[in-house]
Amino acid sequence: MPVSPNSLLTADSLFCERDDRVLFSGLSFSVEPGQILQIEGPNGSGKTTLIRILCGLSQDFEGDLFWRGQPMSEVASQFRQSCVYFGHNTGVKLALTAEENLHWMSQIKGIQADKHSLNENIQNLLDKVGLRGFEDVPLYTLSAGQKRRVALASLLLKPIPLWILDEPFTAIDKKGVAELEQLIIEQANNGGSVVLTTHHELAISPEKLKTLTLGSQATQSEARMDLEQEAADE
Amino acid sequence: MNDIDSEVLPLSQGFWALLKRDLVLAFRQRGDMINPLFFFVMVISLFPLGVGPEASQLQKMAPGIIWIAALLSTLLAVDSLFRQDFDDGALELLLLSPHPLFVLVSAKVFAHWLVTSVPLIIASPFLGVMLFLEGEVLGVVMLTLLIGTPILSMISAIGAALTVGLRKGGVLIAIIALPLYVPVLIFGTSAIQAASIELPYIGQLAYLAALLAIAVTFAPFAIAAGLRVSVSG
Repeated sequence: MPVSPNSLLTADSLFCERDDRVLFSGLSFSVEPGQILQIEGPNGSGKTTLIRILCGLSQDFEGDLFWRGQPMSEVASQFRQSCVYFGHNTGVKLALTAEENLHWMSQIKGIQADKHSLNENIQNLLDKVGLRGFEDVPLYTLSAGQKRRVALASLLLKPIPLWILDEPFTAIDKKGVAELEQLIIEQANNGGSVVLTTHHELAISPEKLKTLTLGSQATQSEARMDLEQEAADE
Repeated sequence: MNDIDSEVLPLSQGFWALLKRDLVLAFRQRGDMINPLFFFVMVISLFPLGVGPEASQLQKMAPGIIWIAALLSTLLAVDSLFRQDFDDGALELLLLSPHPLFVLVSAKVFAHWLVTSVPLIIASPFLGVMLFLEGEVLGVVMLTLLIGTPILSMISAIGAALTVGLRKGGVLIAIIALPLYVPVLIFGTSAIQAASIELPYIGQLAYLAALLAIAVTFAPFAIAAGLRVSVSG
């Protein structure tokens, strides 16, 4: 498969097995700027495994990954600046306040900003995710959904080309789900990309949304054909 | 969105951010901080009760007692080094950070050393007095612990990084780390012994310092590699 430098992330014939069970093999796809890739499949079909492979947490696979057309191993540091991962465990510290959490997360993500503008940015983000008035309390006093909202705010600390989200809608209320969908669409409209797993029906226009179905071998090759078809159409 | 790809990051940013975060967390969860110190004080204060309060005997055994207590309390504390970050997903964020992982783990180990070992170093002269050590020797006890405990923290952090993915890593850390502790123990105790019979002890200290230099240089890379393996599995 030719690797286009215009694609953000390209996967070429990925193969992964767990305990002698093949999760996927020959899986190839690419993520273009402005595109949302939804990974579907029943429980245990390897969605989270694929997500962890894509963001570089798991090396337990065969095949190649490319970032902007270059092999991942050569541009790992650039990739890590341009990708943000949001998993089942969000990494927020319960003994810290929302503000403190966003502070350390932004610095670990390598965001360069002076103290004042960073503080202002964090205040705005907490406003945006509906946590005004909860900035100064430790997170263990908040609800599960509110904790996830703090982690969601960390996605927005600066514009990042690729979001990799694993079940982002878990524990978030209806209004929050709509807001998060809106954020995902905004990300795509701004030329960024989103890779996500969810069982939730996304209200996103089909020309932006690409679906990848994991599971049985049959559905997999269908999905691959779909993708190849799409690529040909473009 | 192309311009942010090639940003060059200052190395210190991740180090200070993580150091500050871990210190704040430690001071909010003080219970974990007290444990190693409590263990250290308990072991050393039980020795005179167990072997009898004879001054000459205790004086002779003091270097070994203090060092073994420090070594075991380091081992006791290290299991928690990466455990919490592993459980709540923060470790994944560290692995995916654009900062080099060895810088980040150095910050974590340094914070852990400040919180768990520095109290031992401060308490050691008082416990030394209980074991009939005096004058200059108490200073040497503190000095050997000051140089030696960071080596212990670095070594045990390698074990902690390799076992963080397992539910019960405690014993395994001991098996991995204890053989590597031995040189530190030997040079640490022999420096104190030499000082207590008024021989020069600078040689042993120099060896400890050399071990520290090696540990600080290489251990962070081993810890980082261990964490990648643990999280990947």
